[in-house]
Amino acid sequence: MSREKNGFIDSFTNQEYKYGFVTDIEMETAPRGLNEDIIRFISSRKAEPDFLLDFRLKAYKKWLTMKEPRWAHLRFPEIDYQDIIYYAAPKRKPALSSLDEVDPDLLETFNKLGISLEEQKRLTGVAVDAVFDSVSVKTTFRKTLEKHGIIFCSFSDAVRDYPDLVKKYMGSVVPYGDNYFAALNSAVFSDGSFCYIPKGVRCPVELSTYFRINTAGTGQFERTLIIADEGSYVSYMEGCTAPMRDENQLHAAIVEIIALKDATVKYSTVQNWYPGDREGKGGIYNFVTKRGMCKGSNSRISWTQVETGSAITWKYPSCVLFGDNSVGEFYSVAVTNNHQQADTGSKMIHIGKNTRSTIISKGISAGFSNNSYRGLVRISKRATGSRNFSQCDSLLLGDRCGAHTFPSVNVENSSSVMEHEATTSKISDDQLFYCNQRGIDTESAIGLIVNGYAREVLKQLPMEFAVEAQKLLSISLEGSVG
Amino acid sequence: MLSIKNLHVSIAGKEILKGLSLEVREGEVHAIMGPNGTGKSTLASVIVGREDFHVDSGEIMYKGRDLMGLSVEERALEGIFLGFQYPVEIPGVSMTSFLRTAVNEHRKYRGLDPLTGAEFLALMEERKELIEIHSDLTNRSVNEGFSGGEKKRNEIFQMAMLQPALAILDETDSGLDIDALKVVANGVNRLRTPGNATVVITHYQRLLEYIIPDFVHVLYDGRIIKSGGKELALELEEKGYEWLKLQES
Ligand SMILES: Nc1ncnc2c1ncn2[C@@H]1O[C@H](COP(=O)(O)OP(=O)(O)OP(=O)(O)O)[C@@H](O)[C@H]1O
Ligand SMILES: [Mg+2]
Repeated sequence: MSREKNGFIDSFTNQEYKYGFVTDIEMETAPRGLNEDIIRFISSRKAEPDFLLDFRLKAYKKWLTMKEPRWAHLRFPEIDYQDIIYYAAPKRKPALSSLDEVDPDLLETFNKLGISLEEQKRLTGVAVDAVFDSVSVKTTFRKTLEKHGIIFCSFSDAVRDYPDLVKKYMGSVVPYGDNYFAALNSAVFSDGSFCYIPKGVRCPVELSTYFRINTAGTGQFERTLIIADEGSYVSYMEGCTAPMRDENQLHAAIVEIIALKDATVKYSTVQNWYPGDREGKGGIYNFVTKRGMCKGSNSRISWTQVETGSAITWKYPSCVLFGDNSVGEFYSVAVTNNHQQADTGSKMIHIGKNTRSTIISKGISAGFSNNSYRGLVRISKRATGSRNFSQCDSLLLGDRCGAHTFPSVNVENSSSVMEHEATTSKISDDQLFYCNQRGIDTESAIGLIVNGYAREVLKQLPMEFAVEAQKLLSISLEGSVG
Repeated sequence: MLSIKNLHVSIAGKEILKGLSLEVREGEVHAIMGPNGTGKSTLASVIVGREDFHVDSGEIMYKGRDLMGLSVEERALEGIFLGFQYPVEIPGVSMTSFLRTAVNEHRKYRGLDPLTGAEFLALMEERKELIEIHSDLTNRSVNEGFSGGEKKRNEIFQMAMLQPALAILDETDSGLDIDALKVVANGVNRLRTPGNATVVITHYQRLLEYIIPDFVHVLYDGRIIKSGGKELALELEEKGYEWLKLQES
């Protein structure tokens, strides 16, 4: 390694996190810690029906019996679950009917994040649900969507307005006792997004949720529930940011997707939670459970994720391919820099006949970071004629970072096919020199190479997101991209 | 345009260039020949600024400026181009986005607006036409899986896109079949103007039948031991380098 390159890597690992500001706004918070009273407090604050309180309490009791998972390739100190604030909401009640009633500081926050909630700026055909700490502040485009019978609202509103749908599907893909963090979320979740696409409807706009953690000492526990009824289609995007803080903040979310017969759901995430500083101080602990159920035949669920943020990422967006001929896809780019750690991948559980799944994972590690792919492909006895293709590539920048692959495969019938490919590569000095000699500086050259490397995944993103994701990739690794 | 005086260069404590001098003026074509391992690629690398090599003494002036203070990309943007002896593969980066970035960096350096996608594609077509390359190499990743000959042709294509003031072609003719050789030579000739200069490093007199050099230099053991007109290449082909070495001593 030449000295210049080391110097360069040092300089770009020093990049500023651009979303690290704090909004000064009056909040109502629950006292620190977790017990039954806190859960009742959250539930009553949200005037929830009994079934939901029951669900929460069952989850809490289950959680008490569970152990925090430590099998991932991650190192982090003991988390004190009694030192977390489980509920925080802006004091001034947000209203859904008019933007005028939303706190101007909140609007400003989302404007700074480049997310416009204002009517006249919503030209891009993206409906937005913005979640600030624990509460959804504003869902846009609601009227247009209602015309098609599409329900897109905060989780709390869904509980109030569509309790039957919530009751039927909540926990049907990720049961409250699924894992430690899912149980915690099920006990204390605050808000999130809800979406229902009726039979045969193709959602005319991209739906998107932006999550923002603001208050210090809070955890964010949101839930997303997406139901695509027979023959429907929806593309859903999720983005997240948080202020820079020296302490670690916990984010434990759940996303559940149900695709009925012939339905398609595309779920895209650009995750940019605060990753901590250069020395690895602060940052979000991101323990997320995302799972989709291809319930009906010919249904399809596609996960695309660009993971650049968080001090720790622990997530495995998965598909249960229950319906015959159903399709599950997972496209991922995970970037780790400085002292970030990511353990991410996917599970594809083939149950129906002739089901197909694809996993494309691109890990990029720089600095002192660790980046692991963890995957499970299971093709059950019943799932005859099924196929999986997995490709896991790792790209290393510098020689102080790590890349790891933990694939696990289990094929229980003989008519199914499973393919797995894996590569590890480095950006070489010769490649950078070649670019330099053509007039491209090292920073742009790395941007070019990294974006080329991730192209297969980036092209899966909706247009509105792809540009943002490209920029983010370059920002998290360096200055700008050509 | 390029003026090298008494250049001493070493790598890992080993002296490679031992007092090399070379003068290249606008409009000229120079050929550098010489046995393996005598420092031809080293010379090219030092001119474009590869920093593994250490310049112990001497100077390299380019358009009246000392090159030593300039980074690799600054030298490139100032119009120095190297056709690599061994072009590197960059998987995942398409030739199109690679060249578009390069061309736009050059434009930015000259205070011009970047080309739009359509303008850039038009420029690519025009330059392909100019040097008569009819291949779809531009649809692929940079040099990835290219055959040896394709890589060399691709170097010439990049040269056509960037239109450098000073092009150094390091054995761009090696490993080419006769048709490819003509393509490369043709490219160099078409791109030749009274304002630019070309230095071709080659082992074969054959190339010089297509690219007529103004000067031929023999690089031997880190120095240019003989310079002459194009007939020197013929003489070398006939008598070998030992003849010169004997003559020298
Ligand atoms: N990175 C390096 N480390 C050590 N020695 C090197 C390095 N690069 C070049 N050399 C040495 O410098 C000398 C000159 O090499 P150079 O590549 O300039 O020769 P050349 O004239 O281009 O040869 P050829 O005709 O084979 O291309 C050789 O002895 C070579 O081994
Ligand atoms: Mg050489």
